[in-house]
Amino acid sequence: MSHPIIQAEDVTKTFDGFRAINALNFYLFPGELRTVIGPNGAGKSTFFDLLTGRAKPDTGGIEYTPIQNTPSTDLAKLNEYEIQRLGIGRKFQTPSVFAEQTVFTNLVLSLNGPRGVFASLFHRLDSADRDRLDDLLKLVRLGDKRHWKAGLLSHGEKQWLEIGMLLASEPRVLLVDEPAAGMTDEETHRTGELLLSLAGKHSIVVVEHDMTFVKQISINGQVTVLHQGSVLCEGKFDDVQSNDKVREVYLGRGKN
Amino acid sequence: MSVPAKLSDVEPRFFTRAQWASFLLPTLLLALVLPLLNALLPSEHLLRPSDFTLNLYGKYATYAVLALGVDLLWGFLGILSLGQALFFALGGYAFGMHLLLMIGKDGQYKSKLPDYMVFLGYKALPVHWQPFYSFSFATCAVLVIPALIAFVFGWLAFRSRIKGVYLSILTQALTYAAALLFFRNDFGFGGNNGFTDFKRVLGADLNSPTTRRVLYVSSVLLLAGVFLLYRWLTRAKFGHLLQAIRDGENRVLFSGYATASYKLFVFVLVAAITGIAGALYVPQVGIINPSEMTPEKSLEAVVWVAVGGRGTLLGPVLGAFFVNALKSWATRSVPELWLYIIGGLFIVVVLFLPGGLISLPARFRLLWARYRSRASRPDSSTFFQQP
Repeated sequence: MSHPIIQAEDVTKTFDGFRAINALNFYLFPGELRTVIGPNGAGKSTFFDLLTGRAKPDTGGIEYTPIQNTPSTDLAKLNEYEIQRLGIGRKFQTPSVFAEQTVFTNLVLSLNGPRGVFASLFHRLDSADRDRLDDLLKLVRLGDKRHWKAGLLSHGEKQWLEIGMLLASEPRVLLVDEPAAGMTDEETHRTGELLLSLAGKHSIVVVEHDMTFVKQISINGQVTVLHQGSVLCEGKFDDVQSNDKVREVYLGRGKN
Repeated sequence: MSVPAKLSDVEPRFFTRAQWASFLLPTLLLALVLPLLNALLPSEHLLRPSDFTLNLYGKYATYAVLALGVDLLWGFLGILSLGQALFFALGGYAFGMHLLLMIGKDGQYKSKLPDYMVFLGYKALPVHWQPFYSFSFATCAVLVIPALIAFVFGWLAFRSRIKGVYLSILTQALTYAAALLFFRNDFGFGGNNGFTDFKRVLGADLNSPTTRRVLYVSSVLLLAGVFLLYRWLTRAKFGHLLQAIRDGENRVLFSGYATASYKLFVFVLVAAITGIAGALYVPQVGIINPSEMTPEKSLEAVVWVAVGGRGTLLGPVLGAFFVNALKSWATRSVPELWLYIIGGLFIVVVLFLPGGLISLPARFRLLWARYRSRASRPDSSTFFQQP
């Protein structure tokens, strides 16, 4: 078996006494598409914060091994932009695109490449960049809106644009927080197809609430259920769905 | 087949033809025509701008450079710095030190030391003043001292991710603290009187019309150069990134950019350039004192930008000239009303013209279009009167 690309062991994060993440163990394998579900407050967003450098774990370690059989990196020691540069990209729950910039510029700013001040001052798009941008625009179906200001897009389109921005930076790991929120059923389904097609080439973690969508994207993969900051259970969608403990935390049961 | 991406997608032309015209015409008028008219026409000629007018415009030009810096930080990057006049004054002080030493023995006390030092009982020139005899050293100091202060302050503030109103308050505290320091006699920079009574620069008499014209033209050329530089900075990828940081810093951070470095770069660059403007300001007004770095001065610069049009490059220049022309008039004609005028102006702009003066033509065009479409539509009142 291959080595996990992300290996979080015994991770705890406390906010003012509240244990948002509690002795969490999580392993993501290369090329995997993992879906994470869990009731509100289960610690899903905090978990992403820990993976992307926005928050630091109190205890435990998060190892990142992008290439098999090479030394791993401790993500807890790095900040947001250093982690992004190592190939971990994040899509936020509420779409965060640059509202005042065009769709095209949003993608240009996200393209993989040098990130320094002077590199940006003297930056020129070459033809390979332009081809890549055209492909991305086609992929997220915003080709005819490339000159639109991103703020004018619909909610679903913004979600797609942000996915496009994520892909533009060519990450190894994609962390996707509620991609289907605010999308029509058809858009949701297409998003699922897109994510399925990206698995293999990328390792993906999707946090989602929409169970139809979860079922769609977890067809080959595992579902992890988070509850009170730790993993409640992990397995195939059907197994998780029929798990008693999962039913209990989702639907609630009488005290006795 | 995909649509080929146009060059204009992300790298707009530096200037369109109309923009070149609206840049070059005022520049030529201010930098060439006015000084020529001033130099060649007889003094009572109707078209001759007076020495006083040129001097005033020169001062406005240095103010406009200050305003452009405020706008680059505020309008483009989203950092409302309420301490930009500090860098202007520091540049002014650095150059003022040189001008003061160039007085030589022509001061009131006929001493080699500047007058205030004699007055305070100095026996010799302090060591750190010695290099300011050199014009080139002073010129470097004009750039380096503001940049250094900006670097230390910015490095601490941006690395600690201080933003928004907290950063604004800190910048204001910085300039206020500096003003208090410079007000003290024992700080060694002339206390509340500052430096004045300058005689010459590079051997030229500061009171001669030629020297004054050269200073004026230098100020206008500095303004034009800074305008072009900022134009270059704000287009293409770097400029888009600045605005992206303004609109959603988190996304930029999670896209792999060290946003603090970008902020620091702009903050330090603007401080250095503002310092040059301050250095040109001082010989034209003939004095530099700590009142130039009080918070009010920085706030005034923010008002110029807001009135002219924030987030554009032409707006701050317009605002600096317009508000200061208004101030020159008001402080002579109705001095007791000036504070009400500038306060009222700020309120009116914020409430009714958020785009500033620069947005007026577009506003009028919109009104005109509405008026036209209403006029061309059939009158609804007659519609109901039809039998």
